[in-house]
Amino acid sequence: MSSDAVARSKALDRFRLGDNLFRNLTRGAALLVLVILGGVIISLISGSIPALREFGFGFLIEQRWNPVTEKFGAIAPVYGTVVTSFIAMLIAVPVGLLIAFFLTELCPMALRRPIGIAIELLAGIPSIIYGIWGLFVFAPFLQQYIQPGLISLFGEIPGLSTLFAGPPYGIGVLTAGLILAIMVLPFITSISRDVFDAVPPVLKEAAYGLGCTTWEVVRYVVLPYTRVGVIGGVMLGLGRALGETMAVTFVIGNAHRISGSILAPGTTISATIANEFTEAVGDLYTSSLIALGLILFVITFIVLALARYMLMRIERRIG
Amino acid sequence: MAMKTGLYSIRRGRNGVAVGLAYAATLFGLGWLVLILGVLLWEGFSGLSLSVFTEMTPPPGAAGGLLNPILGSLVLTVIAVVIGTPIGILAGTYMAEYGRHDKLTSIVRFINDILLSAPSIVIGLFVYEIMVAPMGHFSGWAGAVALALLVIPVVVRTTEDMLNLVPNALREAAASIGLPRSLMIMRIAYRAARAGMLTGVLLAVARISGETAPLLFTALNNQFWSTDFNAPIASLPVVIFQFALSPYADWQKLAWTGALIITFTVLALSIVARALAAPGKQS
Repeated sequence: MSSDAVARSKALDRFRLGDNLFRNLTRGAALLVLVILGGVIISLISGSIPALREFGFGFLIEQRWNPVTEKFGAIAPVYGTVVTSFIAMLIAVPVGLLIAFFLTELCPMALRRPIGIAIELLAGIPSIIYGIWGLFVFAPFLQQYIQPGLISLFGEIPGLSTLFAGPPYGIGVLTAGLILAIMVLPFITSISRDVFDAVPPVLKEAAYGLGCTTWEVVRYVVLPYTRVGVIGGVMLGLGRALGETMAVTFVIGNAHRISGSILAPGTTISATIANEFTEAVGDLYTSSLIALGLILFVITFIVLALARYMLMRIERRIG
Repeated sequence: MAMKTGLYSIRRGRNGVAVGLAYAATLFGLGWLVLILGVLLWEGFSGLSLSVFTEMTPPPGAAGGLLNPILGSLVLTVIAVVIGTPIGILAGTYMAEYGRHDKLTSIVRFINDILLSAPSIVIGLFVYEIMVAPMGHFSGWAGAVALALLVIPVVVRTTEDMLNLVPNALREAAASIGLPRSLMIMRIAYRAARAGMLTGVLLAVARISGETAPLLFTALNNQFWSTDFNAPIASLPVVIFQFALSPYADWQKLAWTGALIITFTVLALSIVARALAAPGKQS
């Protein structure tokens, strides 16, 4: 009898020990996620200290990028990153919202899932594939058929003529922006579709009951109701566009200068790092590239944090 | 009366334009998918032969295949999954089972979501700083760790989501027969969420098998097959990058073939993952 009790308490002890061990193991793993983020930030900062000490705050506004004289500045890649992402969002946001509109209101039920999956597959294609496709197929096409047309179309209009100036290279800022637009389209589409779907049917039915057209229901009921979520999705897409590396590296032309024309070659932060990091000689060069990485990380961190905050707000509202 | 029909036709016209644009946008989106996959098949299929899978990458001008980068990619992916999955599952378990309403959980969820979409090239820089620079050389291990860091957020996210879907009645039933919590999680909750968690792992594999940026300065590249994981190792995406940007026509041809192999592997993985997840969603 008593030996039975002893065995039982031993078993209970073992369970308790195992329980504690497992609990702490899972807790440790959860903390590790925070440690990774902290590690990324700390290592980027420590890696960029030599460059920041050498150039100071001027690193952010200096345009020169000269490995021979070891003068480095970040403004050209930062500019390229911002402009390519801006072009991408200019196209992907309206198109993505229209596809979400189609998928939630217009598409026959049987086709919704297949078309939705097909659009999401665009997100599954690895970015290097976009790069090789962009370089060998898309850029020559633009160079031959689209860019000469743009140049002659806008060449006479003051203001726009500088934006579309120069010879049609095929590769360049515009090409990179267009490819980014295709790449972020599925992110914007799938989040907008999900939040559109979450609008209570009774709201839409009430608007239809008043005699609204499909477009009016989307414009005046669905969009206002889901605005926060849509903005969150757009920011998420923007975060992707800012950090995208391989596709841009193939088609942007890698020129460290700021050009008024979007047809000219440029560079982005991620493309600069991808192209030059393994060949960087000297601590200052490497450190400058890591400092670029730090700038990129800070920008995307802010954008993604805002995106998550907005998506959290709409989740709470929809429940 | 005339004015009313005028307003009515304007509204109808606007609706027509918007609906037309929505159709056009969808065709536009689907068109890119068809275009990209079509070109891939067109350019890559003709280069597909047995020698692609049996021979090493050639020097320019010679015949060869993609055996060493394919093997390298497989090994890197397997090691990354072996490192990343347990960490991701454990972290997801804490968030769903132990600390569902903790402050820690909401912080981890927020940070994890950011890591999920953080630029992968930054992860490459991080691993370079903590592994390649101190060790003094590029290595397969560094590449695998970089990929593992991309696996973790995907697995954390799906594990937490799937465990949250497990009905509490199951947990209560397990507790009522005296099952300790850790056993309840491992024997009951994991089993109920198995399909969804597997989906997460497959999605993570799909994500990392096409990743190039974090491998560029961790695993680097290697012209030959190497079993030494302390040395640089070839991987399919990096070889595609190198070959596509080379001036040699036969290298570019191999790059297209490699691109075809990667894309269809990744697409097949994500379709399988979806098929696995679908019945779980309904139940």
